[in-house]
Amino acid sequence: MSGMFVHNLRLGAASLRRNVLLTALMIMSIGFGVAASMVTFAVFRAVSGDPIPQKSSTLFVPLIDNRGPQYNRHGEPPSALTYTDAMALMRAHKAVRQTMLFPVGLSVMPDDPHRMPFKAVGYATYSDFFGMFDVPFQYGGAWDNDQDESREAVIVISRALNQKLFGGENSVGRRITLDDRQFRIVGVTDMWDPKPRFFDIFDGNLYADPSQIYIPFTYAIGQRIDTYGNNNCGSDGKRGDSWDGWLHGECVWISPWVELQDAAQVQAYRQFLDGYAREQREAGRFNWAPNNRLRDVRQWLDYQHAVPPESRISLSLALGFLVICLVNTIGLLLAKFMRRAPEIGVRRALGASRADIYRQFLAEAAMVGVAGGVLGLVLTAVGMLGLGMVFEPQIARLAHLDVSLVLLTLLVAISATVFAAFYPTWRAAQVQPAWQLKSN
Amino acid sequence: MQIKPILSALRRHKAGTFLIAMQIALTLAIVCNALFIIHQRVAHLSEPTGIDEANIFIVKNEWVGAPDSARVDAMMRADLQTLRQVPGVQDATPSNSYPLRGSGWDDGVKLKPDQLQDSSGSTIYFADEHFIDTLGLKLIAGRNFRADEIGHMDMRYKLAPPVVIITRALADKLFPGGQAVGKTIYLIGGPATVVGVVDLLQAQSVERWASDFAYRSVIIPERLTLSLGSFYIVRARPGQLDAAMRAAGKALFAQNPRRVIADDDGLLSFSEVRSRAYESDRGMAILMGVISIVLLAVTAAGIVGLTSFWVGQRRRQIGVRRALGATRQDILHYFMTENLLISCAGVLVGTVLAIAMNLWMVTRFEMHRLSLSYLVTGVVILLLLGQGAVLAPALRASRVPPVEATRSV
Repeated sequence: MSGMFVHNLRLGAASLRRNVLLTALMIMSIGFGVAASMVTFAVFRAVSGDPIPQKSSTLFVPLIDNRGPQYNRHGEPPSALTYTDAMALMRAHKAVRQTMLFPVGLSVMPDDPHRMPFKAVGYATYSDFFGMFDVPFQYGGAWDNDQDESREAVIVISRALNQKLFGGENSVGRRITLDDRQFRIVGVTDMWDPKPRFFDIFDGNLYADPSQIYIPFTYAIGQRIDTYGNNNCGSDGKRGDSWDGWLHGECVWISPWVELQDAAQVQAYRQFLDGYAREQREAGRFNWAPNNRLRDVRQWLDYQHAVPPESRISLSLALGFLVICLVNTIGLLLAKFMRRAPEIGVRRALGASRADIYRQFLAEAAMVGVAGGVLGLVLTAVGMLGLGMVFEPQIARLAHLDVSLVLLTLLVAISATVFAAFYPTWRAAQVQPAWQLKSN
Repeated sequence: MQIKPILSALRRHKAGTFLIAMQIALTLAIVCNALFIIHQRVAHLSEPTGIDEANIFIVKNEWVGAPDSARVDAMMRADLQTLRQVPGVQDATPSNSYPLRGSGWDDGVKLKPDQLQDSSGSTIYFADEHFIDTLGLKLIAGRNFRADEIGHMDMRYKLAPPVVIITRALADKLFPGGQAVGKTIYLIGGPATVVGVVDLLQAQSVERWASDFAYRSVIIPERLTLSLGSFYIVRARPGQLDAAMRAAGKALFAQNPRRVIADDDGLLSFSEVRSRAYESDRGMAILMGVISIVLLAVTAAGIVGLTSFWVGQRRRQIGVRRALGATRQDILHYFMTENLLISCAGVLVGTVLAIAMNLWMVTRFEMHRLSLSYLVTGVVILLLLGQGAVLAPALRASRVPPVEATRSV
């Protein structure tokens, strides 16, 4: 059997050499089609992946409609919370773990006066943040609930910032000055940069540079550290006209997250949110029925259109492109195989079965597929280098040519070609031995 | 040319005919939509900002140490004075944002204080009396701000300037056919009198969500004193942009070192701003262009391949026809017409596919409806492509000698 297989391959190779132009056209067709699909797929895979697969079904974003049917957009509550609602959810403590967050950008003042100050960007959040999102630590750890309560000036810094400021040493316990405020370092995170950054879509940071600092939310509010991100006020006019008025007004700017382990907890949390909205209605703050949302990570990414439309459009068009290349290959294979009708007739007359013909021609097609796959791989590699021209740099750099993509490229090329070869092969196998001999 | 014999010959090559027609149909569908996307993206990125882009650069200045509003205002005024004295600098103005930045302050404008819904959305630009000259805007009615009208406000305070300047697009929306100067509009914090109208000033975002108020901007006579920092828009004298940019950064640090002007985006010429804002549009246009070209090449190759095969298969018949008196021209025409027939079937199906594909993208990606001219262009391109591709094999067929009729296959 394997001898037969080698024989078929030899026959195939000989036949492919006999008609170089057609063979080259087929290989190029497969190569281009596969490469276009693979390059766009690599980008799509990078932007549509689950950023936190182990927890994406237990982390939820609770949203509360504080605008009402007259001012909300398409009936949806705004995509973040007011300070008032954020504090209410934290006080209620109805989830296993919960955190609020908003971006902060603080200036790092190097001790060396000749070095320029620079911005360190990160989040003001609660201690549960680190456990909820599985943040890995290189040194130390998160601050605790008591430090949240007491508004302590503690900080967790990233590995990269620790490298920049302390040469990568264990800096836990040391102090750093940010915007003239002293913070005590309690932890240094290890490399951690989930993409897309699901927990801060509200501020448009899906593909932002890795965050460098984390400080207690309570401390930031106490110090009036303003958000480094978005602030959405709606047009209902309830904004306040001072820091305190704004803080307790109806502008939304805080991203909320809760961790819920099972369906019962999710249900209970929904009821809690509705109950809270009803209380607000009774208190006269809302004059509409509860309109809340509770979405897990995947639903949230979906709702926020985290996958850039460019990526979807280019993937769809590239797949269409692959289909055309396959149609093209079917046509060329048909031409190639049918040109050999006399040869098939002779082989059939000499006792070759239909199955033999099938095997011979499918082996030939598989060889075209392998060659197309190799060309496709080269073109994919070239395409990856050119991604920066097509997609924004922060998205282009997420796509990689790794082992799984190499294997997928070859697999798609070979299986697509063999699939394309079924019809031409079937036609070849239909050639009648007698008819061909007669005609000669 | 007789069509009937061609049709009956095609009936004997159903599979090949179908495959070519199908390929032409799919190619038409994709190329039409790709061309349409290219045109839309290019049109989008050619929209004017209304400002003197060639000579403008942006300083993104961030303060260190969270200074309060009054302190920030003093520092901003000192910075502006410094900037205006930098050699090569023509003028400078403070602002919270600028066109193509992609974020900033967008807000509703009303015509009456008790109105529930906004009359229009708009981009809010904070400015001083140098704003119009620095950006190179054209004042088409009313007057500029006077120096004594410029105040300062904290981000979280009430937006209630006594006077504003608005763009023509906003004036046309709010007061269609009428004079805007002297009228009162209502911002979130209260009434403001329109004292001037500028011709063109694009909103801060060119994203789709902001397209409702693309050129409707309100200019506020206040320095927005953000403790985080804000922007200085600087106009260089013609031809001195690079030198002025370098000198401006140095002069600001010499004047007050307690600031951050980031290495990567602290100083941006407006051409950099423009290329950053339209990165994805340009990228899509390039990608669609590459896909279209390769696709047309693949389709042409397919037609060459299959037609060559048919010519090879029919050498004997061609020989017979030649022996019976058909000229080379006749043979050439035969294959050209055959291809034209197949292509016509292909573009017919392709037109339907192109429209279906566009409708799918309209619902899925909020795209616009495909306009007829793209279909027509696509159809012409594919018919020409088919005729071009078939030319070489058809010429080869026309050179088959009549003596071929006497040879066996």
